[in-house]
Amino acid sequence: MVDFFGETLFAYAVVPLAKIIVAIAVVLGIIAYTTFAERKILGFLQVRTGPNRVGPWGLFQPIADVAKLLGKEDVIPNRAVTWAYVLAPCLVVGPALIILSVIPFGPPSGEGPVSSWFITDVNVGLLLVVAIASIGVYGLLLGGWASNNKFSMLGGLRSAAQMISYEVPQGFSLVVPLLMAGTLSLVGIVEAQLAQGRWFIFGFFPFGLLAFFIYFVAGVAESNRNPFDLPEAESELVAGFHTEYSGMRFALFFLGEYANMIVISAVAVTMFLGGWLRPFPNVEWLSFLDLAFLPAGLAGLLWFLVKLLAFLFVYIWFRGTFPRYRFDQLMDLGWKWLIPTALLSVAATGLWKILI
Amino acid sequence: MDFLLVNGPGLLFYLFAALAVLAAILVVSLRNPMYSAFALLTSFLAVAALFFLRHAEFLAVVQIFVYGGGIMVLFLFVIMLVNLHRLQEMRIYGMQWPAALLLAVMMIGLVSWVVAQVQFSPANISPEALVSVEGEAVGNVQAVAWQLYQKYLLPFEIASLFLLVAMIGAVVLARKE
Repeated sequence: MVDFFGETLFAYAVVPLAKIIVAIAVVLGIIAYTTFAERKILGFLQVRTGPNRVGPWGLFQPIADVAKLLGKEDVIPNRAVTWAYVLAPCLVVGPALIILSVIPFGPPSGEGPVSSWFITDVNVGLLLVVAIASIGVYGLLLGGWASNNKFSMLGGLRSAAQMISYEVPQGFSLVVPLLMAGTLSLVGIVEAQLAQGRWFIFGFFPFGLLAFFIYFVAGVAESNRNPFDLPEAESELVAGFHTEYSGMRFALFFLGEYANMIVISAVAVTMFLGGWLRPFPNVEWLSFLDLAFLPAGLAGLLWFLVKLLAFLFVYIWFRGTFPRYRFDQLMDLGWKWLIPTALLSVAATGLWKILI
Repeated sequence: MDFLLVNGPGLLFYLFAALAVLAAILVVSLRNPMYSAFALLTSFLAVAALFFLRHAEFLAVVQIFVYGGGIMVLFLFVIMLVNLHRLQEMRIYGMQWPAALLLAVMMIGLVSWVVAQVQFSPANISPEALVSVEGEAVGNVQAVAWQLYQKYLLPFEIASLFLLVAMIGAVVLARKE
């Protein structure tokens, strides 16, 4: 007999559900304020003010944006394929939020799944992340096809070609920290970094660094951000796959893009930058950075968030700095440079591991 | 509630198995290739769910990654580029059903033979075999890797050689004179 209404229900239904709700709420909050930060930082980079009317320093701008988007008319084009048109935005946001379930935001705290700072830890964690991320391309492809518009269609095709191409170097570059850790569980990978006393970006120098660089470039391409935002290149394709979308459906595409940015940054932090660990976890005199005066785990969560936000800042910085690539340049970079380099660093790391 | 908890895996098996079969039938019976492609995707994902239920996590995730994220995207890519309205009136594969029938019967025969083998020699195949190496419990990934790289290294390498040949063939075919 299973005690369903007692502790089982609490540990396997109530707690995970609460964690899922909190994780999604926090990430949506981060997304809302990333859009605001993006406009403010771009404003700073381009020597203008950015949004400054709603609230002090424009701080309530995201709320106004959401209210506006919610209130807009939802247009479905006349000859669009309705089911696909409606489904597409959900297919972009869904996978990104699913991946959050295996990201370790903070350390496990010893008392079972209830008190640890992640939703779940699966033994194929990293593979699961890569697999679910590869599902995300359907939303863009389907949205572009269903809109019955040549610009949307071309944008969708471009995004599919781009995401398939860059999934390959991304996958290979993740194999490098995987070889260093020897486990696929994301919690296990961070714990391996703690045990080895270094972030994997510094492991097997320079191959960890190389893999990190490839991962992040491929990640920027995967999330369709500058300088690889060809699927929505406004000068050629109007707005790419979401040309026909309006109101909340457009907002979902937008949300999906930012959720993908957060997921890619979170995976980079976990795999290369030590997850919830402080900088240089093996250096004794830096131990004040563990912030031991905080309740257990909270310091880890803080470190994770700091690294995550740094990544988001770099994304925005890229957008203010680089001009857009041409499509053939994009394919050249992916297939002729990133994939061979990634393969090389995988082989070198493997050899290193065997020999030493 | 207890009934659900005890029989949950079994019920889920029948749910996903039915979904996989239903979607597979839809793939060949629907006239619109776009719908067929999505039925095929559903079938792949349902099979991945079946793998999860058998604790073959590695196979399940690879099924999602390779078939769901790679192959089906390429299928959709091609389907989006052809003119669907013209294609729907044509009966391209109408002539191939005898060959298809023969292949299907052979496939069913092969699968039943394997199932019979497994069914009548339970000593060889146990649920633990999927997650253990020489009796020691490890993960499914390690168990699969051990089988592939220790026990069946040569067949594995031959299979990868076949894939390489197919890839070079595709490059040669696609190259302009």
